[in-house]
Amino acid sequence: MNTIEVEGLSRNFGQLVAVDRVSFQVAEGEIFGFLGPNGAGKTTTINMLCTLLALSGGRAIVNGYDVVRQRSEVRHSIGLVFQEPALDEYLTAEQNLRFHAYAYKIPKELREKRIGKLLELVELSDRRKSKVRTFSGGMKRRLEIARGLLHNPRILFLDEPTLGLDPQTRRLIWDYILALRKENNLTIFLTTHYMDEAENSDHISIIDHGRIIALDTPDKLKDALGGDVITLKAGDNNAAALELKERYSLSPVVQNGVITFSVPQGEKFLPKLMDSFQSHLLSIGIRRPTLDDVFIKLTGRAIRDEEAGLKDQMKGMVMRRGHGR
Amino acid sequence: MEEVFRGMWVVAYRELLRFVQERSRIVSSFAMPLLLLVIFGAGFNRIIGAMTPGVNYIQFMYPGIIAMTVLMSSVMSGLSIVWDREFGFLKEILVAPLGRSGIVLGKAAGSATVAVIQGIVMLVLAPFLGVSLSPLMVIELIPVLIIISLSLSGLGVLVASRMRSQQGFQIIVQIIIMPTMFLSGVFFPVNNVPTWMEVISKINPLTYGVDAIRQLFLGQAGNAIGVTVFGHTMTILQDVLVVVILGVVLLSIATWSFSKQE
Repeated sequence: MNTIEVEGLSRNFGQLVAVDRVSFQVAEGEIFGFLGPNGAGKTTTINMLCTLLALSGGRAIVNGYDVVRQRSEVRHSIGLVFQEPALDEYLTAEQNLRFHAYAYKIPKELREKRIGKLLELVELSDRRKSKVRTFSGGMKRRLEIARGLLHNPRILFLDEPTLGLDPQTRRLIWDYILALRKENNLTIFLTTHYMDEAENSDHISIIDHGRIIALDTPDKLKDALGGDVITLKAGDNNAAALELKERYSLSPVVQNGVITFSVPQGEKFLPKLMDSFQSHLLSIGIRRPTLDDVFIKLTGRAIRDEEAGLKDQMKGMVMRRGHGR
Repeated sequence: MEEVFRGMWVVAYRELLRFVQERSRIVSSFAMPLLLLVIFGAGFNRIIGAMTPGVNYIQFMYPGIIAMTVLMSSVMSGLSIVWDREFGFLKEILVAPLGRSGIVLGKAAGSATVAVIQGIVMLVLAPFLGVSLSPLMVIELIPVLIIISLSLSGLGVLVASRMRSQQGFQIIVQIIIMPTMFLSGVFFPVNNVPTWMEVISKINPLTYGVDAIRQLFLGQAGNAIGVTVFGHTMTILQDVLVVVILGVVLLSIATWSFSKQE
């Protein structure tokens, strides 16, 4: 059975089409990754699936409930960890969890037991009576994950769960996520713009400008690139790229002073290239493809490039991230 | 319906939890009323003399100051909504299975409780000001304070539902609170002022809240300086009715506005 079924989902903000006729399914117990640059429509999609935002078109079924007509049922059956911290910093960890328990009508006899168990899971038992404002970013995120699970949801939505955290904490958070999935057969819907995190997903949907441009398992997406990725620097990158195109019928991408292309069986292709290549080579590298390469291939640009430009756009919108940290 | 009630009590519960833990807020909500009471009282008491036989200026102003305490505390309660929006906690509330109108009513109920507690704490001053208090008066006062603060919390939520920043909220609230307060009969009776001022004061619903509390405190003497509308002196019950109508209107608009925005 599919836990999430989305068909033709759209959302406009005035003239701007944030999400454009998106369709996908998420099977029970899988990790489904939504990968794309900032502003691609990831959070907008999550907000619609979580009943926080009205749809402009299409329909979405979550846990068998319609997100427009059965809001209350949807809300009971999902857990959510927001992109920005959404804790009451002036209350203690325990008080935050208790508030959640009351709001979701968790029976009294289960409440304290579950709060204790989840605090233990995220290793915050010793801080349960501390005010949240004394917590580090990683601790807050862990507490939010515990809170998202308190009412035993069947799906956990994680919107950029490790944004702004140090690598060690990111790793820790991922350990929890993977353990959770194993233990409870929990479905996890995740958005991220970190390629390495998306690798953990069973299925990845790559979203750009509000549209899904690819949807498959991470391995298949990478295989579709056709082999290994070769990066090289030449004296004249443009000339070298032209040569690659004409003599070897490849489709190289020149970016940040590096030429990237993929070939099947790269280790056999390299000697051939060395023998006959006319342009002056400065360096050459070969590696297995990453999701980054998939994104570049599909859109002609890297996810990282996108961020610099987007930051300027975001400046005008005083929302999301930044504050409270 | 069940979700509306749960939303109401969950939100009210948190409001109280926050209040208990923020001691600075408790102190600051008394600062302004106390300051006005002491300074205006000391400054005007002798010059003005008796407002009506047996009632000096401080005794006249004191019930109004209690109404003012409730006013400030109730309207400012909207600030917590803006605060929650800014710091993200509002999302946690909104994605929970809670009715939207319950969230608004819960805010109002929570802040009304806080406001009433603050109003009652102000009663401690009564013996020092020569105002006599009886247990019956306190019992009658509580529902009046609850009604006033519920109504005005509606105003706070209404402003908050439109505001994205705390500064914006503070500015709008100051613009609303100041004239409302000065033209409500807290500091002088509104029967004997220039016509334009009288008209504004008698449209101002807070005037009736102040009048109800004053009549409760001063009894017969209070009624003698009570607010008159077209020659008719308002009774306590009529005063309260005006505030109830205001409250229903404000809370309805606030709920509508909040649900529409979020």
